Amino acid sequence: MTTETAGSEILGRGARDGARLFREWYLDLSKAPERGEKTAYVFVMGSLAEFLRSFGFNVSFPEINALQTAVRKVEMDFLNPAEEYGYSPDICAYVRVGVGIQLRNEDHPMGRVPKPDLGIATNACNTYIKWAEIWERFYNTPVFTLDVPGRRAVDRLPDPGDSDFESDRRYVEAQLRELIPLCEKITGTKFDIDRLRETLGETNRMNAAWRRVLELNASTPAVYNAVGEGTIYLGVVNALRGDVKGTRYFEELAEELSYKAANGIGGIEQEKHRLIFVGVPCYPIFRRFNEMFTGHGGVFVGSTYLWFASGGFQAQYMYDLKNPIESLAEGLLLQVGRGMSDMFFVHTPILEMVKRLHADGVVFHPIKSCRTVSSGLADGRRLINELSGISSLYIESDLVDRRVVSEAQMKNRVDAFFEALDARKLRGEAAHKAA
Amino acid sequence: MTRNNVKTNFLDGLAERPLGEMLLGCRELLEDDTYPTIKRWREAGGKVVGHFQVYFPEEIAHAAGVLPVKIHGFPGERREADSHFGSYLCSILRSSLELALSKRIELDMFVSHPICDAARNLAAIWSRNFNYPCHILYLPQNANSAHAAEYLRAEYARIGREIESIGGRPITDQALRESLAVFNENRKLLRELYEIKRETPWLVSVDEAYVLTAVGCLVPREEHNHLLARAIELLRGRDAKKQDKLRVVFEGGFCEQPPLDLLGLLGRACYVVDDDLLIGLRWILKDVPASGDPLFNLAQAYLESSSYSPVQHDLRKPKEKMLLERIREARGEAAIVMAAKMCEPGLDEQVAYSKALDEAQIPYIVGEFEETMNTFDTLETQLETFVENIMFD
Repeated sequence: MTTETAGSEILGRGARDGARLFREWYLDLSKAPERGEKTAYVFVMGSLAEFLRSFGFNVSFPEINALQTAVRKVEMDFLNPAEEYGYSPDICAYVRVGVGIQLRNEDHPMGRVPKPDLGIATNACNTYIKWAEIWERFYNTPVFTLDVPGRRAVDRLPDPGDSDFESDRRYVEAQLRELIPLCEKITGTKFDIDRLRETLGETNRMNAAWRRVLELNASTPAVYNAVGEGTIYLGVVNALRGDVKGTRYFEELAEELSYKAANGIGGIEQEKHRLIFVGVPCYPIFRRFNEMFTGHGGVFVGSTYLWFASGGFQAQYMYDLKNPIESLAEGLLLQVGRGMSDMFFVHTPILEMVKRLHADGVVFHPIKSCRTVSSGLADGRRLINELSGISSLYIESDLVDRRVVSEAQMKNRVDAFFEALDARKLRGEAAHKAA
Repeated sequence: MTRNNVKTNFLDGLAERPLGEMLLGCRELLEDDTYPTIKRWREAGGKVVGHFQVYFPEEIAHAAGVLPVKIHGFPGERREADSHFGSYLCSILRSSLELALSKRIELDMFVSHPICDAARNLAAIWSRNFNYPCHILYLPQNANSAHAAEYLRAEYARIGREIESIGGRPITDQALRESLAVFNENRKLLRELYEIKRETPWLVSVDEAYVLTAVGCLVPREEHNHLLARAIELLRGRDAKKQDKLRVVFEGGFCEQPPLDLLGLLGRACYVVDDDLLIGLRWILKDVPASGDPLFNLAQAYLESSSYSPVQHDLRKPKEKMLLERIREARGEAAIVMAAKMCEPGLDEQVAYSKALDEAQIPYIVGEFEETMNTFDTLETQLETFVENIMFD
């Protein structure tokens, strides 16, 4: 097979297969009740998918259900009933859409969402816990809060073996062991440690490929847009974590992106500016939001969304399959705990990402719905500007509620940002020539 | 004298004055945005740990001879903090940072807790702006785990070491036992104050009880105990007549605090027989035993003998059931269910509270407030209509 033939076969495969796998996963999920299978509602930061799959649970992500309504422009059909029910427009729009789905008998544009047999809420976002309380009340669903303590201070980051870390690990491990009898009771399936080893093993392989995907975007030109294709990849990471189909997808994706890197094929037509995205995408205008940047030759080479919405999957952690429960507890602390904490102590990881991915601008996109991710960004930006002098843009909107999205105003700000970036680049080139 | 030998006379003999002067003095102290008691503590060489709402185990700081100060925002003008935050955030988050940036309150350490998505960012924000230690205290969010108390004990020990490192004394078991005794006394006195509110609400209005309670955030607890004991004595002997007022329970003051004038308005319109204002000071409901391991006892009390709030999930304490119980125990006839603007946990909970109150057929009103509010016309009309509808039904 020639290189050209190989290229034509694999180029675009990631986006195509990602979308297909995601649709199939949704369809499969919506048929879970027909198959007599149980479904757990989980969140992207600490889904415990491997653990739950070992009991035969299907996993449903209320956050993904919610964002899909915005992508399909029907979010108001769900926001309105939730607000009429009493939920304030000032609370997370994901939660309001979730309530809307409940009130509409789990009807969803991608298929009927199964009712929850179990809810798992990590503390990675406090709204997760409040949201799970709604399921408790509405469905009478058993809810398990998985508490994964995070970083305590900017200069405190204990590693495995340190007494503070080990105290946290024992706590998380104890909770996992407490979750086993609850899962056994709901599913009627005895805990099988070998099955857990299998799902964690799949995640280890997926993690290795995922890290390769993240690293490959250091190439010039960047091989994908982290807020465009990256978001498709993220959907597969969450939906098929611990599943062989997900592992295979990422191994093939890494192959495709390696080919692009080797052949200088970029994620956008003409890369002029390499950007870091900080925050959560604007799903109501997902495509147009990206076009505001790509239209100026701006490509998002990295995104904090890819680290925290994958449950901290960027961490180089491989589960020890000899001690799966202990290792899962440790992995949760190193992935979810640290991924969550990096959103608060945000300046260090962003500066590291700027350097590693050779970025020349940072776009902060705080959103009304997510205070976890957004509350510290203005302050973090001040320090990042002070320490690095990198150009940055700060635009606010929302992830679902289009009433909070001022598209024209946003575009004006983005245009002005690129004018400044272009001018800065020209000045830099002139100075380089003069030197 | 307290354990670090800082002389304790920060209330300037307020406790010895007649009741009216005492209440006025407390209010003035709360409204004084120069925070004179904290300044004087520091001038005397004392260290201060500021902790954000809702609950903090102040005994640990006290045992180290450090003054624990509850940071709960302020209603004044913000000149510096707003540029550190985006939109869509509650006021207390901004005003608390303003207190520090404007140097109204100077600290030696700051601690916040992951009570909500916004507040969990605070320690990181403060650490980018101040050189003193800024920590997150991870109170257990899985209160139902059998391992939670052991975990929390370790977390308390860790925060204790951090407090020692800012110049506090070593926290011995004996010192902790002495601190537990001081705070047990404080909680007992606060329970007595609330008993007066509940049983004889005409003797103390909600705003009066509030200023007596809130002063405890600003002074050594021994002095607060002295003040409370004297106030309770004077309140019990107060010459006040029972009026035909509606008995209500106020819910929504667990974090950001309503303006004092709003509380005054409530106090004039009805008897507030119970509330969750500054609930962190009253979080632990029983004396913490001093015997055995005092740190473990404190951790155990947080989980097992505690109140409720929208920011703690505990399967044993569904918030709406707890509110109904609070209303029942206080023989409340109605509820005022408020939330601070942009407070997600409070706004989330309003829905559950409303549904439960509907089911229990308890009248209620729902509303929002902000610590910086200074006009209350709409709320006053709403409240008057609500009260009249019930009283003349």
